[in-house]
Amino acid sequence: MGAANRVQGGIFTLMVVKIGDPYDPDLERELAEQVALSPGFFADAPVVLDLKDSLGCTSVADYTALRQLLRRHGMIPVGVQNASALQLRAAKSVDLSAFSGAAGGARRPIERAPAAPERAADRPAAERSSESRTRLVTQPVRSGTQIYAKGGDLVVVAPVSAGAELIADGHIHVYGALRGRAIAGAAGDITARIFAHRFEAELVSVAGRYIVSDAIPPEHRSQPAQVALIDDRLCILPGWGNGRGAAEG
Amino acid sequence: MVHKGKKEKILSKVIVVTSGKGGVGKTTTSAAFAAGLALRGHKTVVIDFDVGLRNLDLVMGCERRVVFDFINVINGDANLSQALIRDKRIENLYIFPTSQTRDKDALKREGVEKVMDQLRKDFEFIICDSPAGIEHGAMTALYHADSAIIVTNPEVSSVRDSDRIIGILAAKSRRAEKREKPVEEHLLLTRYSPERVRRGEMLSVDDVKDILSVPLLGIIPESETVLKASNTGVPVILDPQSPAGRAYDDAVARFLGEQREMRFMLPERKRLFGGLFGRAAS
Repeated sequence: MGAANRVQGGIFTLMVVKIGDPYDPDLERELAEQVALSPGFFADAPVVLDLKDSLGCTSVADYTALRQLLRRHGMIPVGVQNASALQLRAAKSVDLSAFSGAAGGARRPIERAPAAPERAADRPAAERSSESRTRLVTQPVRSGTQIYAKGGDLVVVAPVSAGAELIADGHIHVYGALRGRAIAGAAGDITARIFAHRFEAELVSVAGRYIVSDAIPPEHRSQPAQVALIDDRLCILPGWGNGRGAAEG
Repeated sequence: MVHKGKKEKILSKVIVVTSGKGGVGKTTTSAAFAAGLALRGHKTVVIDFDVGLRNLDLVMGCERRVVFDFINVINGDANLSQALIRDKRIENLYIFPTSQTRDKDALKREGVEKVMDQLRKDFEFIICDSPAGIEHGAMTALYHADSAIIVTNPEVSSVRDSDRIIGILAAKSRRAEKREKPVEEHLLLTRYSPERVRRGEMLSVDDVKDILSVPLLGIIPESETVLKASNTGVPVILDPQSPAGRAYDDAVARFLGEQREMRFMLPERKRLFGGLFGRAAS
């Protein structure tokens, strides 16, 4: 490994936890509720503390307490954003780095972010920039076959049999019958979706949330459909709409 | 060996009869196809790859003439001409029985390859009757194939196993390994009962074609004559009274490029895929 390769850029999605009063008892309760919804999602997940609305977090003791609280729920604080000079100084002394506050990003009522960022870390940014990472499959995907599109999308222009497994770090498109399993956003991308021309899947999953066919409403069977994570829930939407309607519902 | 130097070079074709699932009619099909091809004047040998569960010789009615077998030839204990059994009824037809006392591990890769090379020099069609499963025996039977007949019953588990085998053909055959033209695939639907399809107890032809997306070579109707043929050691294709026999004859003709209309299927009225999906999912 040359000196030039030693340090490389990487782009990661991180969860942001909004902190008001670090000792607010509601904080722990709310975190516990959130984690209970999808426990695997928060396992050892690095998080950034958004201090925009916080007047506390000015001492090492504040951060130590916060760190312990977050750790109890599986999260690892790695940095702060929107911190005042005083907050930042205390943060640095407990090895939390400063993230530049995402304009608007932290303002949204629900912060959505990413499972398994440690997997995303395997992927250097450069690898994704240049050529297309999309994988195209033109032959039927037979039972027992597994296809993984690492770091990109998977496009299948043939049927996918029951017992076959499609995995992609990005989206999955099937321009045929999808009868096997489809696992999109395998590295934690919650914006990944699954599109199937004829939806008969055994199991679909986005960023670790999954539904088995038993739980799939029958009206979607054999119809064009897409699967998306909306407000942390895996939704099956008919056809090719943008999914906004369901997001409001 | 048989017929030395009659032709300079025969263009031979290795056909595997396979299914994944057991009891769907592989051996019946192997016997019928071998007989059908030989009846049309093609020099054909049918090999039993089901080591340890020797059946082909029974279905072909030559079980009392077996001296040496496939495994003896692989191990060099006998040569090919000693082990091949010439059919008494049909000219150009040879049966290559397997061992009942050994198991599939006896199918050594180099040995099988050598035998196949030898057979290719002498036969137009080499039919490999595969054992069930996807283990060594089935893998060895399909490895050399140029063409595959996928035998499928119109029921969910058989269709899924066939699907798996088609995937293996595309990935693990010699042609796949050497990146040659892929193995030609033919779907043969056996034990088909239009009445039971109508009642929704069986998948229809269209359902199976839809799931497997492989060209349909033929539909063999469920028929008592098949069992009788197996028990008496006469390939069912030799019985012109049997609907199954006639259906096999059609399939062989289609395999050789003839156009024949599909028979033995009633026009279906209702698709039952919804039902299939429900069951497959549970």
